[in-house]
Amino acid sequence: MQVVSVVLYLILAPFVGALLDGFDRIISARMQGRKGPPLLQPFYDLAKLFSKQMLAVNSVQMLLNLSYLVFLAVAGAMLFAGADILMSLFILSTADMFLVMAASSDSSPFSTLGAGREMIQIMAYEPMTLLLAVGFYLATGSFQVIDIIRMPYSTVLTMPGFLIGFFFVMAIKLRKSPFDLSTSHHAHQELVKGLTTEMAGPTFAIMNIAEYYEMTLMLGIVALFFINENWWSWPIAIIACLFVFFLEILWDNVCARVKWRTLLDSCWVVTLLSGGLNGLILMLIR
Amino acid sequence: MAKLAKSPWLLHYDASSCNGCDIEVLDCTTPRYDIERFGIINTGDPFQADILLITGGINNQCESVVRQLYSQMPDPKVVVAVGICACTGGVFKDCYNIKGGVDTVIPVDVYVPGCAARPQAIIDGVVKALEILEQKRKAYSEKQEQDSRA
Repeated sequence: MQVVSVVLYLILAPFVGALLDGFDRIISARMQGRKGPPLLQPFYDLAKLFSKQMLAVNSVQMLLNLSYLVFLAVAGAMLFAGADILMSLFILSTADMFLVMAASSDSSPFSTLGAGREMIQIMAYEPMTLLLAVGFYLATGSFQVIDIIRMPYSTVLTMPGFLIGFFFVMAIKLRKSPFDLSTSHHAHQELVKGLTTEMAGPTFAIMNIAEYYEMTLMLGIVALFFINENWWSWPIAIIACLFVFFLEILWDNVCARVKWRTLLDSCWVVTLLSGGLNGLILMLIR
Repeated sequence: MAKLAKSPWLLHYDASSCNGCDIEVLDCTTPRYDIERFGIINTGDPFQADILLITGGINNQCESVVRQLYSQMPDPKVVVAVGICACTGGVFKDCYNIKGGVDTVIPVDVYVPGCAARPQAIIDGVVKALEILEQKRKAYSEKQEQDSRA
């Protein structure tokens, strides 16, 4: 069973991510009064990127981008295998470090600045992801995903604060406004393309596929809040994931990009208020 | 349709334009014209661009920039000269500082005349460029195969 779920994740996650990205672009376009690209546009983009010339300033960038992809796939595979969620989140941060290294491996000032901003983003979301693992432990008595989804009730009932906090930092992970400081899906930001500035063709395609793995992993964690031992919790979890994803798109479209200081302050305050308070309450009632 | 034609990403550079054509290029991204429905993204990054849109004639200051942008774009790539100044130099043709159209510096594939070029004309030019891009992609992949055999 676990093997099946891991294999399904490794094969399907890029497709799910790309499809969600396609929906994202259409919904965003409709919110802006435009028609938007076809649903399969992310697939066309990937096919195009792979057919382009391999243009790289050094040979290590591709290796580091591949490491980013592999570590994200491992982090997601751990979650979908029902293994330790703490370990999965640690590997997730390790993966991000490879992206930072890939971006700072070249001499472009835009790329280097983007890498610096990515580090700030890691600082902003890391407390919440760690608290999240602690929260699941406090609520269920285990770090193992397999135990969390076998609870008699959904964990969202005891840890709604963590869900709010996670929704907040997920905007960073999905590279949504107001937190898309290091690189953005939209053109014309002040850093050109930020940390992806010097990634061309296949290298950029690898980075995009890694992001799709990450997107699926993030939504998997959201689903973890809703799944319990009853079968009907699974469709509810999927609907909840889609709803959360829609809220992120809405937030992306109504917000402007913030400065790094605001990013840090707001993320830490929300982490403390929603995650921290919820954690304290869980500790007291245990 | 082929790979490149479904996902062409633009790089827009203002050589010495009066901004008339630039505003029309940006107009293409607004809800009325919405070039994203063709999968076109106006990216600011030469490393990720397939089509180079240049407005305005080339002068001595921007010549090196245009050369560098062109060399930073991965193959296959096409260049679209937008507006009469980018095509021939326009009314500035005889100025002491103007070298002429974009084709005095880099090879141009599609010329879009007009002062300013209308958004419809720009979109039409880009769609023409897509056909050329596809031919270039075929030539490029054949060349790749020959190189790998050699």
